[in-house]
Amino acid sequence: METTRLIMVAVGGQGNLLASKVLGEAALISGVQVQMSEIHGMAQRGGVVESAIVFGKATSSIISDGEADILLGFEPAETLRALNRCSKDTKVITNTATLPPFTVSIGKGVYPDVENIKELLKEKCASLIAIDAMKLAKEAGTPMSVNIVLLGALVQSGGLSFTKENVIEAIKRRTKKSFLDMNLNAFELGFKAAAQS
Amino acid sequence: MHKLLNDSPGKQIMLLGNEAIARGAIEAGVAFATTYPGTPSSEISLNLFQMSQESDLYFEYSTNEKVALEVAAAAANSGLRTFCMMKHVGLNVAADPFMTLAYVGVTGGMVILSADDPSMFSSQNEQDNRYYAKFGNLPMLEPSSVFEAKEMMRYAFDLSEELKQPVLLRTTTRINHSNAFVTFGDIAPRQTKGKFIREPLRCVTVPAVSRQLHVKLLEKMNKAKGLSETSDFNLIKGSGKFGIIVNGVSFHYVLDAVKDLGIEENTKILRLGFSNPMPEKLIKNFLKDCEKVLVIEEGEAFMEEAVKAFAQEAELIIPINGKSEELFSRLSEYDPAMVRQKIAAYFGIEYTPKEKLSSDNIPEIPMRPPNLCSGCSHRATFYEVKQAAKDMDIICPTDIGCYTLGFLPPLNMGDFVICMGSSVSSSCGFSKATDQKVVSFIGDSTFFHSGITGLVNAVFNNHNFTLVILENGITAMTGHQPHPGVDMERMGLDGFGRINIENLVRALGVEHVSVIKPFKVKKSIETIREALEYKGVSVILSQEPCALYAKSLKMLTSRAFKVSDKCVDHRDCVNSIACPSFYIEDGRVKIDADTCVGCAVCAQICPENAITPIKK
Repeated sequence: METTRLIMVAVGGQGNLLASKVLGEAALISGVQVQMSEIHGMAQRGGVVESAIVFGKATSSIISDGEADILLGFEPAETLRALNRCSKDTKVITNTATLPPFTVSIGKGVYPDVENIKELLKEKCASLIAIDAMKLAKEAGTPMSVNIVLLGALVQSGGLSFTKENVIEAIKRRTKKSFLDMNLNAFELGFKAAAQS
Repeated sequence: MHKLLNDSPGKQIMLLGNEAIARGAIEAGVAFATTYPGTPSSEISLNLFQMSQESDLYFEYSTNEKVALEVAAAAANSGLRTFCMMKHVGLNVAADPFMTLAYVGVTGGMVILSADDPSMFSSQNEQDNRYYAKFGNLPMLEPSSVFEAKEMMRYAFDLSEELKQPVLLRTTTRINHSNAFVTFGDIAPRQTKGKFIREPLRCVTVPAVSRQLHVKLLEKMNKAKGLSETSDFNLIKGSGKFGIIVNGVSFHYVLDAVKDLGIEENTKILRLGFSNPMPEKLIKNFLKDCEKVLVIEEGEAFMEEAVKAFAQEAELIIPINGKSEELFSRLSEYDPAMVRQKIAAYFGIEYTPKEKLSSDNIPEIPMRPPNLCSGCSHRATFYEVKQAAKDMDIICPTDIGCYTLGFLPPLNMGDFVICMGSSVSSSCGFSKATDQKVVSFIGDSTFFHSGITGLVNAVFNNHNFTLVILENGITAMTGHQPHPGVDMERMGLDGFGRINIENLVRALGVEHVSVIKPFKVKKSIETIREALEYKGVSVILSQEPCALYAKSLKMLTSRAFKVSDKCVDHRDCVNSIACPSFYIEDGRVKIDADTCVGCAVCAQICPENAITPIKK
C-alpha cells in the first residue's frame, strides 16, 4: 500500500498518545505497517503533545513539515499552529472545542476566532472536518473520550486504509474495560458527526 | 505480569523504543541494572524498576550516574550481566569511571546506554556522545529502529562478554520515543549471583597496572575492529556510483528518500550500526567504486572525519561531504524531507519539494509554554523568596528539574544553570565574585545527585549565600522516580533506607538551617528573610510534596478555592503567581475548581481576602 502520514496534535492530557496506540493496534490487526513517533516534552505541565504516525511503505517514523496527508487536531488553535505540517493536499480534522492557553485565560494573549480558524483550514488545505468533540464526548458519557470521538471522525474521513471494524477491535484491546461502552459510543458519535460535517 | 516479562517468543507487540530496549535486556538475561533517570532514557529504567518488583532482576535508582556506573561496574566484575542507562549528559557525570572501567574491563556482559537528545527536546545541550566511545575506547552500537534497538541490546551483552569490555549503546530521542511492532525473542535465564575473583593486576588501577591495561585495551579494540568489519549491523544496501554512509534514525530517511527520488539503481548505502571502532576495510572497499559520497549523521562529523581519513589512506580522490553550509548541519535532528532534498541536491537529481502553504492571514497563535502545575509548591517558594528579597540585588542560580521553569515570568527566579548541581557550586563563585546577594534553588533529588559536594565546599571555604532546597519528596520532572530522601513505604516498597536532608545539611556544618512549609506564606517569608540576612551559608528546606505525586498517591484532601464578590480586581494573584487554575471570565478573575488543589497561596496573597474555599 501507499504511505499515509498522519499528524496528531493535542494539549497534554487530551489522550492523543492513547489514540496513537489504538491506531497502531488497528494497523497491526489490518496487517498495515506502521511507524510512530511522539514528542511529549513537558506534557503534564500544559505543553503540546504531537504524534506522527506513518502507515504503509515508508520506514521513517517522523513526518517533515508540509508532508502530512492527514492532520488531526485535538484543539483548534493547535490545529492551526500545525498548519506548517500540511500542504494543499492535506485532509484536516479538528475538534472545535477550545482549551485556551494559560496566557489567554489570564487576559495576556488573544485566542484566534474559531470560525476564522475553520475558514483558514478549509481555504488552505484539501478538506476540513470540524466537530465539537468535547460536546460529543460528554454525550458519550465522559469528557475523557474526546480522543476516541476524534478517532471516529478520522476513520469516517476515509484517509486510512483500514476498516471501522478493525479500529473498534483496537479500541476494545487498548482502552480500559470500565470505559469501553463509553468509548464505543464516543467512536460512533464522532463517526456520525464527521459524516454530517 | 509485566508485559515485557511475557515469555512467548514470536509474539508481536507494539512497543515504545525504551520498552524495546528494556525487553532486549531481559531477553539477554540481564541480572543487574542501575540508573539515574533522565529523558529520553527514563522509560527504560521505569520498566526495569517495575519488572524488578516481580522478578529476581536487581534494579536500583542510584544517587547519580557516576554512582550508577560504579555500582554496575562491580556487578559486571562479579560476572553478572549488567545494564547501566542514562541520558547523554549523565555520561558526563559518569565519565570518570567510564574512562578507567574501559581499562579494567568486565567479566560479565555490561552495556552502558547513552540516550542522546538532538534538538534538545528536554536537555540542556545536544552533545554527540559517540565521541565517548572513541575517547574511552569502547565498542559502540547505534540502532536505526525500535526493533533493532532490542536486537542490539541482546547482541551488546554477547559482544561485551567476547571482548570483556563494556559496550556503549547509543540511542537518540527518535529511537527512545518511537513506537513500532517488535517480535519477542526467547528470554535467556538470569544468573543473579556472581563471584568476584581477585585479580589486582587487572582491577587495581595503580600506574604500573594501568600501563599494562592500556596496552590490553588497545588490543581489545583491535579485536573489536575485526568484529566491526564483519558485523551484520554494518550493512550495505544497493549498488551504484552514488555512495551514502549513514547511521541511526537517518538510515530510514535515506531509504525512503532514495526510493522517492527513484535513484535505487545507482545508489549504494552503507549503514554503520557497529560504529566504534569503524570498519576500516569495509569503508575503504565501499568507497572504491563510488564517484561521490555523502555522509549523513545527526550531530557532529564523527563518521565523516573518519571516512575522509580512510579515503586519504586508500589514495582515493573522490568528493566526500557531509557537514557544510549547503549540506547538513551540526544542529538539531534531521527529517525525511530535509534528507531527501540534500541527497537530490548533492547528486544532482531533479526534485521539487512540496510547495509550502502561505502563512497569509494566519492570526497570531498564543504560545502554550509549559508551566508549573496548579498547586506546585515551587511556585509558592519562588514567590516567597521574591517577597523576602524585595529590596535586595539578588542572583538566583537554579538547577535542573521542574523548578527550572521558575525562570519564566512572572516569577523570574532563575539566573544561571549549566548542569545538575551547579546551583550550589556556582553560588560559591557568585558570592565571592560579586557583592550581590546570592540565593539559589535546588530540588531534593538533584541535591542528592550532585548538590552535596558543592555545599561541603561552601562550608569549608566560608562562602556567603542562601540555598533553598525544594523538598517535594520525589524526582518529579522525569516522572516520579524515587531518590534517597523518599519514603519508599509510601510507594508500597520495603527494604529501603531514607536520608533526612535536614540532618544531612546540619551534619555538613551549615550553621543556619531553617524549614518552611511554603503554603504558609507569611511565616515562610519571615523565615526566608532571616536566612537571607545571615552572613555565611544558610540553607532553607522548603517542604511540601509534589502536587502531581500527592494526587497520584491520593494524599491530596484539600478542596478547591473560589474568588468571592469581595474581589476588587487588583489581580495581584494572577500577576504575581500565575497559577494555571486562574482564568478571566467577563473581565473577572475566576478559579477552575477542577484543577485547583487548594494550596491556598493565592488566598493568602489577596489583599481583600476575596479568595475562599468552596463550601462542600
